[in-house]
Amino acid sequence: MRTGVDFPIFYFIVLLCMGTPGSSHLKKELSLEGYPSTYLPTRGEPWPKPQHVTKYGQLFMVVRPPVFRFETVRNTCDLVEDALKRYYALINRRHSTLQRFRNDKKNDAEKPWKGTPNYVGYLDVLKIDLMTPCEAYPNENMDESYELKIDTPDLVGQGLLVASSNWGILRGLETFSQLLYPTSDYAALQLNSTLLLDYPRFSYRSVLLDTSRHYLSKQVILENLDLMAMNKYNVFHWHIVDDQSFPYQSRVFPELSEKGAYHQYTHIYTQEDIADIIEFARRRGIRVIPEFDTPGHTRSWGYAWPDFLTECFTSRGQPDGTFGPINPLREDAYKKMAQLLEEVINVFPDSYLHLGGDEVDFDCWKSNPEIQNYMQSRNLTDYSILESAFMLEMMNIVKGLSPNTTYVIWQEVFDHGARAINKDAVISVWMGNQTEAGKELDRVTALGHRAILSSCWYLDYISTGRDWPKYYLCDPQNFNGTSAQKRLVIGGGAALWGEYVDSTNVTPRLWPRASATAERLWSSQTVNNTEEASHRLEEHRCRLVQRGFNVQPPNGPSHCLVDWNTRN
Amino acid sequence: MKFLIKSALLHILVLLLVYNLSNCVNGHDDSVTRQLQRPGPQYYPSRGEPWPKPQLRNLYNDSIMIIRPPIFRFKVLRYTCDMVEDALKRYYSIILKTVSHSAPIVNLANAKHNKSWKSDPGFKGYLDVLQVDLMAPCESMPHESMDEAYEIKIGTSGFEGTGLLTASSNWGILRGLETFVQLLYPADDFSSIQIKTTLILDYPRFSYRSVLLDTSRHFLSMKILKQNLDLMAFNKYNVFHWHIVDDQSFPYQSRKFPQLSDKGAYQPYTHVYTQQNIAEIIEYARLRGIRVVAEFDTPGHTQAWGPAIPGLLTPCYNKEGQPDGTFGPIDPTNEKNFEFIHSFFEEVVSVFPDKYLHLGGDEVYYDCWKSSPLIAAFMAQQNMTDYAEVEQYYMQRLVNIVQSYPKNSSYIVWQETIDNGVQVKKDAIVHVWKNVNVPQEMSHVTSLGYKTLFSSCWYLNKISYGIDWTTYYDCDPQNFNGTNAQKRLVLGGGPAMWTEYVDSANIIARLWPRASLPAERLWSDANVRNKSDAARRLEEHRCRLLKRGYQLQPPNGPGFCGVEWD
Repeated sequence: MRTGVDFPIFYFIVLLCMGTPGSSHLKKELSLEGYPSTYLPTRGEPWPKPQHVTKYGQLFMVVRPPVFRFETVRNTCDLVEDALKRYYALINRRHSTLQRFRNDKKNDAEKPWKGTPNYVGYLDVLKIDLMTPCEAYPNENMDESYELKIDTPDLVGQGLLVASSNWGILRGLETFSQLLYPTSDYAALQLNSTLLLDYPRFSYRSVLLDTSRHYLSKQVILENLDLMAMNKYNVFHWHIVDDQSFPYQSRVFPELSEKGAYHQYTHIYTQEDIADIIEFARRRGIRVIPEFDTPGHTRSWGYAWPDFLTECFTSRGQPDGTFGPINPLREDAYKKMAQLLEEVINVFPDSYLHLGGDEVDFDCWKSNPEIQNYMQSRNLTDYSILESAFMLEMMNIVKGLSPNTTYVIWQEVFDHGARAINKDAVISVWMGNQTEAGKELDRVTALGHRAILSSCWYLDYISTGRDWPKYYLCDPQNFNGTSAQKRLVIGGGAALWGEYVDSTNVTPRLWPRASATAERLWSSQTVNNTEEASHRLEEHRCRLVQRGFNVQPPNGPSHCLVDWNTRN
Repeated sequence: MKFLIKSALLHILVLLLVYNLSNCVNGHDDSVTRQLQRPGPQYYPSRGEPWPKPQLRNLYNDSIMIIRPPIFRFKVLRYTCDMVEDALKRYYSIILKTVSHSAPIVNLANAKHNKSWKSDPGFKGYLDVLQVDLMAPCESMPHESMDEAYEIKIGTSGFEGTGLLTASSNWGILRGLETFVQLLYPADDFSSIQIKTTLILDYPRFSYRSVLLDTSRHFLSMKILKQNLDLMAFNKYNVFHWHIVDDQSFPYQSRKFPQLSDKGAYQPYTHVYTQQNIAEIIEYARLRGIRVVAEFDTPGHTQAWGPAIPGLLTPCYNKEGQPDGTFGPIDPTNEKNFEFIHSFFEEVVSVFPDKYLHLGGDEVYYDCWKSSPLIAAFMAQQNMTDYAEVEQYYMQRLVNIVQSYPKNSSYIVWQETIDNGVQVKKDAIVHVWKNVNVPQEMSHVTSLGYKTLFSSCWYLNKISYGIDWTTYYDCDPQNFNGTNAQKRLVLGGGPAMWTEYVDSANIIARLWPRASLPAERLWSDANVRNKSDAARRLEEHRCRLLKRGYQLQPPNGPGFCGVEWD
């Protein structure tokens, strides 16, 4: 039994040491692993989980960052070279962060791992084999598959990343960087002998950010694009404008942000900003799909265009000073929309364009005498017809401007006028619980539409505790339907609406909760064990923190070797 | 505080009038539905309104003065000291920062209308000097009886064109400087920094206003702890309740027992607070008038102590009567444990200068004690029939130990100690935290004559979607049935941020500005409870602190700050 009274001499020595700054590191023979986290992190397990993994016993190789290098064979391009630079820097930084934990004797050639039977040798080169020339822009059909071999039986002691497109190279580099973990003496990085064959389950894997309820700085958007790439997301769904503000600075209609942004200079995205964001995303294999939501969610447009919106009236027939959706009876509205959409299609290179169409408020239309007259003169009573007609016109405008553009619309447009919508429209399902969303997916795909799901991934809704398992277990193909219908579900994604989120808290609130969705959309449907995932998520979270992102703890009490902001 | 009361009476009538007028809100309408969304922010921020709201404030029409930061200065009268000088430097740089942040906009505006305020009929001149009048020599450490009252006069009658901050202690000067800086706001066109002519008489409603941070479930970096102390000072909190160790880890690096953090910290070098670190935190807090009250929670919540001190924790037994390898609370049957406790807490009271020490005592689970034949034997020997008596035995020994030191400590215990019927001396301070039967509990504890702290409705680690601050704002520590004497036993309390799901990555944004609500409840008058007024002031306060460089989340729904994060 050792208790306090046994320590007078030791106490005395410690007190002497306390006097001088920097002497607080007592001589200790200790493991670096202290008291454990609730979920022990895995070591070198990627997130999202690859489709096929083969390991070879406990064999491992060691990466020495100053010596380690990539070697491209066959094709390369600026985009690949940029990625190599980025991942090299990331691996290097990881390595140098670990140096302060080193407990080997630096000049001693005897590394502890060298004596172990599983040590294969140093992996000093990762060959990068891109089999075809690069594509410039990520697109809906891009091939993200790759193969990664580390000391496989056909390639003993070597490393190879193969992909048939540059997008696969990007995904494979991310996975490679995630395979690395510190050696026991923290002197270098190691990775297990592994064969990986990987490809996404869904082709559309998006994160929605809303820059209207609160403005998000360019810096924070770029940070989130980084995090998206680190979770193999491939679509940034940019809900750029809404009722509350209009931060998109238009070339043809500069008055929209001048009057509709929270601030006309500081709270806008200039064309330069947008080009930067698209380019930053492109280099990470992420498509940028803008959403210009109409005819509802457009109040902020009204500052610049007073006649654009429907004037709402009191029950006594007086204008009540508020405004509703776009007034669908004004020819001018369609002209303006055509001009604006033409610009948007030019500014955003992706072939998808989100036209919104959700939550259209019919009360204001019903109160407006002009619209009442119109309805009566045509013997109409169902105001959703106005919405459908407006949205159909938007779709016609887009088709007229750019036949190759695919439009995405929120589910209400489908609900209110399913038969009239072109089959090539992609329907975004966002309402209801899993059962209701499943029924909607069934209806949408039964009519031959492609569908994307985000109902169960509204990450702006928060609660205390470990909430990610419910996001993890929600499956976009979990509904009654034929396999042809299931194939029409092209993916989905997480949504972080901005009512209670801005640049101060968007990153920790979104991550790693959106990682759960990322794995659902990338990995095999059978990867659904939350216990197993907890340990990998713990590692993944610490990995992202170590890379410099303030990602919050997902699993209860824990620590990372390098916590966020621990310096000082 | 006496000198303030007299002049308070003179101004109270005028004040009440202005007070009501200032509640008029522009443009905001709560009845707007989600579908019929107005464009623009949910709440427009107030301008130059302090948070927490001062006890008494008198405004004079629409009179304003202008501050020109390169010219503006503080002028110390009578007493000063290092702490006051340090505060002047700190607040001067906050003023400069506030100005420099709006500089690009100022230049832009200046191009059009130079010095537009000169044509403002309310313009009463430049405030180039704030006189800072400390009436007594400085005290060095903040303490339970410190006087935080102060008076601010900006261009009041008889003081036209001048500004004065008066306090009878250096703590009042600190609080007053914070308020003064919060009175400053940019002109409409951002061409200048304005201050309304005003009289403020201010003092706290409760003397103990704490923020609890838990550094055991997750470690918090020094930088984060200091940022948090800054934010506490900006919200007039005066106690940092440091829940430093718990089941999950032991980051306190002890001089006498370094093995505690060697074996009990998440990581023995990077996830510990060295004595240097702790001294630094105490000093940083002291300069801001904040006490550091340490909590070393026993006999439960001590799993992380176990590996370092064999025999400290009670071994639990399985049904076959064998030790099952797990451990329960501290083992009170082992006399050596009290020798350890004596030695360890002797260090603790010497390291933390504050008179208060939080002894914990919450959530002691009896299952392990019930399984143990050793505890059973001990109970038989001591003639005990109830496990609460075992807990009482431990707590009483602990209290006796703490009181045996030359330093005259006051100790705080969580409410279970009382709930379990554990007899503790009347000088104990009871901390009520459970969110069930709160008024009954407060009534019960104070009826027993204990001084009481209150945190029940301020567990900010619990989160939900949307505007949640209104529930924190509505909650009042004195809202229970009891005599005036009972109410006076409530010293205050404060919010708690338990860190199961929080670490350095997200704590600032999650805690602030939500913790600003308890801050106002604890400082301002009990009648300050108008939520739409608070919403606008909170909007301003949040943007103000964002501008100072802190990562506070948006509290009110859609909106923006002139200067955003990043």
